[in-house]
Amino acid sequence: MTILGLRNTWGVTGRGAALLALSGLALLLAPLVADRYLVSVLTTVLWFAYVGQAWNVMMGFSGLLSLGHALYVGLGAYASAALFIHFGIGPWAGALLAMLVAVAAGCGIGFLGFRFGVKGVHFALLTIAFAEVARVGFDHLQWLGGSGGFFLPVEAGVSDPLNLRGSPTLFYYVILALVLAALAISRLLLHSRLGYQWLAVREDAEAAEAVGVDLFHARMTAVAASSALTALGGVFQAFYFNNLFPEQVFSMGRSIEIILPAIVGGIGTLIGPILGAFILTPLGEGLTFLLEVSGLELPGLKQLFYGVALVVIVVFRPDGVWPWLASRLGLVRASGEGDER
Amino acid sequence: MSDALLTVDNLSKRFRGLKAVSNVTFTVPEGRILALIGPNGAGKTTSFNLIAGVFPPDEGTVTLKGQRLTGLKPNRVCAAGIGRTFQIVKPFGHLTVEENVVVGALARERSVETARRQARALLERLELADQAQRPARSLTLPDRKRLEVARALATRPTLLLLDEVLAGLRPTEVDRMVEVLRDLNRREGLTILMIEHVMRAVMALSDRVVVLDHGEKIADGSPADIVADPRVIESYLGAEEA
Amino acid sequence: MPIDYYLNIAASGLLTGLLYGLAALGLSVIFGVVRVVNFAHGEMMVAGMYGAVLLAGYAGLDPLLSAPIVAAVLFVCGWLLQRGVVNRFVERPEHMQFILLLGVATILVNAMLMLFGPDSRNVAVPYGFDTLELGPLLLDEVRVRAGAAAIVIAAGLFAFFRFTRTGKAIRACADSPLGARVVGLNIDGLYALTFGIGAAVVGAAGALMTLLVDARPQLAPEYTLLSFIIVIVGGLGSLPGALLGGVLIGLSETLAGFLLTPSLKSLFSYAVLILVLLLRPQGLLGKRS
Repeated sequence: MTILGLRNTWGVTGRGAALLALSGLALLLAPLVADRYLVSVLTTVLWFAYVGQAWNVMMGFSGLLSLGHALYVGLGAYASAALFIHFGIGPWAGALLAMLVAVAAGCGIGFLGFRFGVKGVHFALLTIAFAEVARVGFDHLQWLGGSGGFFLPVEAGVSDPLNLRGSPTLFYYVILALVLAALAISRLLLHSRLGYQWLAVREDAEAAEAVGVDLFHARMTAVAASSALTALGGVFQAFYFNNLFPEQVFSMGRSIEIILPAIVGGIGTLIGPILGAFILTPLGEGLTFLLEVSGLELPGLKQLFYGVALVVIVVFRPDGVWPWLASRLGLVRASGEGDER
Repeated sequence: MSDALLTVDNLSKRFRGLKAVSNVTFTVPEGRILALIGPNGAGKTTSFNLIAGVFPPDEGTVTLKGQRLTGLKPNRVCAAGIGRTFQIVKPFGHLTVEENVVVGALARERSVETARRQARALLERLELADQAQRPARSLTLPDRKRLEVARALATRPTLLLLDEVLAGLRPTEVDRMVEVLRDLNRREGLTILMIEHVMRAVMALSDRVVVLDHGEKIADGSPADIVADPRVIESYLGAEEA
Repeated sequence: MPIDYYLNIAASGLLTGLLYGLAALGLSVIFGVVRVVNFAHGEMMVAGMYGAVLLAGYAGLDPLLSAPIVAAVLFVCGWLLQRGVVNRFVERPEHMQFILLLGVATILVNAMLMLFGPDSRNVAVPYGFDTLELGPLLLDEVRVRAGAAAIVIAAGLFAFFRFTRTGKAIRACADSPLGARVVGLNIDGLYALTFGIGAAVVGAAGALMTLLVDARPQLAPEYTLLSFIIVIVGGLGSLPGALLGGVLIGLSETLAGFLLTPSLKSLFSYAVLILVLLLRPQGLLGKRS
């Protein structure tokens, strides 16, 4: 179980490094061989890998359970779309403002929660409550389309990367870059002074405080980092799908989808959320495909499958698939005699 | 006698009307080891928590080298120079032993590399170096207690608060820990305030002993005086009988 | 007659609130004893609603009569769930329990979606459109019957915990699991029993709810959140608090629905939740830990 510890989140063996590098290369070259459908599936996978990593900063690194992360996705999406539509500000510049909006919201919730001592389950409920408030609120915000939806103009055949308009391949590479950037940032954070303090707070807040960690500062920075990263996922979503509905964007179900990759892959690990997304989304897509082929109409089957996956994972692999797989295949260095399992 | 490093003045704390600590006053001279003893429920750990900033006192002040600590949060108290251990050990379970100590060292160190070097040196010193890469939660109790001490020392305290670090150890392990503490005190001049039940260690280590009973200080003197003090004997015997 | 008008609204909000309170009572019982937050609570409630729909469709049973049957079935399901899965999580970190029950909730709601489809199913009762006149009040008969049944069930639950040996044992277990183990109580058995009781209560609340609302799978997450709001307002683990919270939320929802646009009424509940979380996290009747 040292996998959750610092060293082994990255202490890969030669074989592990080779496998990771190969996977990276395969992803880089994928659009050359993959058809349109496969590219779109991979884009979805990578999107969940990305937001999963962003969520992991809060829960995995700092022990703060957020069940309302759809809020930050939604704020990022709506902010960048509004800037584009109403003010003609492109998504790259808009992304900065979108992140700012999400960080402001995250820090607002964090400030209230931490100053008033809202902990554990209550904190999770607080995050849900704010996401739900946003959902209902945006439903009534006519300036952003209300419940009827907010749309970005779609023009076929335009390639304008500066405004994030273009082919599916463009979007694929953008989200791939985001995933790799999030991985690098997560690793950097985890190995920084702040990262050590986050982990200490996650493990035992009282002991962390006794060795000089400012709990409020550690938790607020974690929320800020996580909400900023998550908001970028929202910007991507807005320009990729070109439509936003509060009912979907801010829904409780979306928040659950965001936490799934990290839980399945391994909370608190660097690779876990990415691996989790690569397990879950293709399985979900496969189910949808099977249903289509067999002509059955079973709405909810995909979600049902996600539910089963969640239960199976927390019952049988509570630390996630990556720690187990990595030690099974010898992808990470063994941790002395410390391995209890 | 050297100057007082820590001054505890007239400290009081009530929980739901119940007096846990009342009007306790004592000083810890620089470079000395002071033991805080007393029967269970005497208010020793509460006093510790008041000094460490876990909760603020109702009355009284805590001063470290002239700096008022009263009302500061634990992390500020740590920054001011007080390191502590917990009676019920609190390791960062999923982190390695080394990482645990690194977190402590980062209290005064910006660079993770430097903090790691300091952590390794401390682990050597507390004979935990061969366990450095194990997850902290896999350690045995004596090792966890030493890890607590190493982590607290890593914050480079001028005063170390030890809450029953010898409890639950075997006699040989007690001797080893006593050696380490004496060494820290003699060689580095570290001032120590310890809560301890193991009287053998109290007698061996401490320069002075403060006795608490029912939240009040009932005696304060050299170890030899304390064991001869009829009030102390009565409080302990009384507690045994009750 | 504006005063009568508001009185009528308040009375109907109060009666609906009693049902909400009954549902939340189940959540509170489980949390108070097993210390696990049942994230699948609304899903269980909607399962209870479908139980009543099926019993009405195939056996022509009135929800008031099907409620005990539904409760019995859900008791068994809750008991099995605790025995089979949740019990292993009692000692695990809070977020793991949360995620586990989130998974259970996802399974339940989608299973219902697949079995019954997304469309509303209703239960028709002969008194469905009757009104009762009580002084200045004109009350829907369904609401009065449902509210009365909720009071009867809640009273039964209070009596169970106060006067029976098993009920007292469960309370002892809630106060101190360790102490209960020391005096030889079967903790795992009591936990399973408690989870079963909680499920039965929310199942009964669901069955009764069909008198007021048509069954739809989409209601499930809403009811889960609603139950959370209620128990947190009333105080997690406090049984009278759950009933009080239910009535308060029922009242405020109905009033907000009339005074503001109906779609904003849930916003009002969330605002109440946020305020209570911040200012009095132990809830109105909860004890500060």
